[in-house]
Amino acid sequence: MFDRLRSFLRITESGKIARRYFVTNGFDGVLATLGLLMGFRVNVKTSLDVIIGACLGAAVALFMSGITSAYISESAEKERELRLLEQSMIASLDHSVHGQAARLMPWVIALINGLAPFCLALLVMFPLFIAEVQLFGDVPPLDAAITVALLLTFLLGVYSGRLGGRFWLWSGLRSLMIAAITAIIIFALNRGLNVQ
Amino acid sequence: MAIVKRVVLDVLKPHQPDALEFACELADLGSEYQVDLLVKEVDDKTQTIELTISADNIKFEVIANHIKIMGGAIHSIDEVAVLSSKPSEAEQHS
Repeated sequence: MFDRLRSFLRITESGKIARRYFVTNGFDGVLATLGLLMGFRVNVKTSLDVIIGACLGAAVALFMSGITSAYISESAEKERELRLLEQSMIASLDHSVHGQAARLMPWVIALINGLAPFCLALLVMFPLFIAEVQLFGDVPPLDAAITVALLLTFLLGVYSGRLGGRFWLWSGLRSLMIAAITAIIIFALNRGLNVQ
Repeated sequence: MAIVKRVVLDVLKPHQPDALEFACELADLGSEYQVDLLVKEVDDKTQTIELTISADNIKFEVIANHIKIMGGAIHSIDEVAVLSSKPSEAEQHS
């Protein structure tokens, strides 16, 4: 089954698309959760249940949005590529591996696009889930979750840097800087609203 | 029915699966299938290849079907080598 999937990935050249979706939507998931956490961090004390509920809601929304948007765009794109190839071949390719791949790969890419932000958001929320255990010592769960979000942003940057053949540390630090700027903007906005 | 020992086919195929994968898939269709593949022409989305398949007993229908599954189309059968399956006179008398 995995051989078949690998073959379909090669035929449709979907590997690079899946990797790109993983990084971009994974980044979305981490930053969206980081945004929520920063909002809760700055404002008045909120119970962990409310924070987890809000972050989980955002993660599910990102999952559904990732799946549907990628499926709609990729199925149309793969269908178009198949028809263009059929024009060159002057034959129907519906029953060939190309036809099978054009029907299956949009689902695979959509799943990756949906699961990337969902799973990464769950990872960010991990310290909140295990708040009672105090795995991170005396660090409050919200601060621990924010630290995990920054760490995941750095790792996503490292991964994308390695894909692009760039220096991993620079790519990681650049992503981390984007997350830090996002956090600062949210912090400043919330402080501004609170002052008013 | 005569036994097919060798066929040379003119095939139009998409770039993927590539020449190596295409030849390996065909070679795996039977025991001791030898597949020689020559890329004759490369276009934007397709390749024209010359396939030479040799074996003790080639199942042509299976090969033609597999080429179709891999997205290829047989344009022509350019060469064939077949052997009669009937026993020779000497074998019949013995």
